[in-house]
Amino acid sequence: MSTIEVDRAAFLEGQIEPQPRRRRPKRKTVNTVIWFVVLLALTAIILYPLVWLVFSTFKPSSEFGQNPGLIPENPTIDNYLKVFDGIAGTPLWRFFGNSLLIAVSAVIGILASSALAAYAFARIKFKGVGVLFAAMIGTLLLPFHVIIIPQYIMFQKLELVDTYVPLILPKFLATEAFFVFLMVQFIRNIPRDMDEAARIDGAGHTRIFFSIILPLIRPALITSAIFAFIWTWNDFLGPLLYVNSPEKYPLPIALRLYNDATSTSDYGATVAVSFLALLPILIFFIVFQRFLVDGVATQGLKG
Amino acid sequence: MTITKEAAAEQPTRAGAGGPAKGAGRPKTPALKPGRRRANRRENVAGYTFLLPWLIGFLGLTLGPMIYSLYLSFTKYNLFADPKFVGFDNYVRMFTQDPQFLQSVQITLVYVLVGTPVKLAAALGIAMLLNYRNRGTGFFRSSFYAPSLIGASVSVAIVWRAMFSSNGPVDSSLSFFGLEIGGWVGNVSLVIPMMILLAVWQFGAPMVIFLAGLKQIPRELYEAAEVDGAGPVRKFRSVTIPMLSSVIFFNLLLETINAFQVFASAYIISNGSGGPAGMTNFYTLYLYKRGFADGQMGYAAAMAWVLVIVVAIIAFILFRTSKSWVHYAGESK
Repeated sequence: MSTIEVDRAAFLEGQIEPQPRRRRPKRKTVNTVIWFVVLLALTAIILYPLVWLVFSTFKPSSEFGQNPGLIPENPTIDNYLKVFDGIAGTPLWRFFGNSLLIAVSAVIGILASSALAAYAFARIKFKGVGVLFAAMIGTLLLPFHVIIIPQYIMFQKLELVDTYVPLILPKFLATEAFFVFLMVQFIRNIPRDMDEAARIDGAGHTRIFFSIILPLIRPALITSAIFAFIWTWNDFLGPLLYVNSPEKYPLPIALRLYNDATSTSDYGATVAVSFLALLPILIFFIVFQRFLVDGVATQGLKG
Repeated sequence: MTITKEAAAEQPTRAGAGGPAKGAGRPKTPALKPGRRRANRRENVAGYTFLLPWLIGFLGLTLGPMIYSLYLSFTKYNLFADPKFVGFDNYVRMFTQDPQFLQSVQITLVYVLVGTPVKLAAALGIAMLLNYRNRGTGFFRSSFYAPSLIGASVSVAIVWRAMFSSNGPVDSSLSFFGLEIGGWVGNVSLVIPMMILLAVWQFGAPMVIFLAGLKQIPRELYEAAEVDGAGPVRKFRSVTIPMLSSVIFFNLLLETINAFQVFASAYIISNGSGGPAGMTNFYTLYLYKRGFADGQMGYAAAMAWVLVIVVAIIAFILFRTSKSWVHYAGESK
């Protein structure tokens, strides 16, 4: 603290601080080392459950409840071998395929519909934009409970239960306001000069949207795509309500199958599937962490 | 930079984008050139065309269902027979004859009111720790964020249950310190703390937002405070908190609403039962059981509307009180 003050005084007097600088490093280095150690310890605690999960997939089922530690006493890959056979007559790759199909459709739907809506909210001056924008923000805070019951009744009357339509259709209709909002914020930060110039050259909204805005909001599109994928991949309540046939199960519901049927007898298999279900997300995260973390940061600050 | 007269004239209304729709389609003077009016109409057509998917979703999948569920909440409905109008019966029954409901409200409130502040305190504390240095924080930031991304998944719920079960890693490390617990999952008084820990573990998302907020606080403010002889506590109270208040507000609102919606982890940890002794029967889980397992759609709809009202009240209180403690940069007090 006092060093900064000295620094500041020296700086104000026009001295180019050779003196305080020599005094500073020692304490700074010590502080940095402590800081680093504390953060490292925190990382170890926070990531421990994941590390434990990875190691536990190599434990035989009998070891659960006996060996709480990290390292398996009798390491085995039996869990994986067993898991690949599937459960309830359905092979594991099928669940993966189902999850992938739902998640990819959701990403396409969310990107297309949210970008269109965001452009309208951010760039077109039509009658009612204010009210509708407020309504969109309102849905951001709306507890989903209030719509799942009538939606379920609706899809049931339309005989769409046990298809993926109830899971995918809402994504094509931009019902998740988070993504619309994220893109609105992004579009608002793009200088209007470009649109105006294009408009003078005779471009309509369609041209401006496709050739100016879309390329410029690519970072927001990538962030949205990753979040959309991960959230859909993890979604539990949606498929729990709408998907009944085991061969149509996505991973989270299939996991429940393991969890319910085998929780006492076959912990090893359950843990192995849990890990495999997380694996795509973890890979996604490691590859795209910048986009994700920065996406969260902007969402919060400009909100 | 080419700003035409028209563009310049448009600027003022556009500056308030998202604000009220004034000026949007409204002609400014009656003697408007026909070309201008045509342009307005073109804007309206374009606006609603771009907005069409969202509008269909909003009306058909959000607003319509909301109204329908409000109606359902005054009926008895099991999906097969027609809804039977019962007035306020569902609401009255909930608060007078349903101990499970009252318990569910109670544990959900404990979970929200304890879990959210603890989670945000952890998020802010660790964000400040990360903010101590500018370089070398990327790895930590990402590692701390990871749980937020996967925390609501079934996989993590399964891991959590295993970690906190009898003879699990948490138990055995506590017994190392002489604390014999014998498993948190089946323990009536420890299962909520366990769920809260799972929520706190996901502190990364608010932390990232706090961190971005901390980076925007001008250094000079801290230096000025130091010149005035402020210690770390005083600096935290008089500089950090006020400068961060809008971010705190945002996080508080979002995390509170999120906390009410916890479902998958409670479902998995209790195998869908909400046990032990109803202690993980969180609001969403109970609503699901009532509506979809017992087929009491009217009752579940009423529960959903009670939640909407509670969330609306909380949001209202937060917005209302925020005027006195949230400070927006550039706003004089």
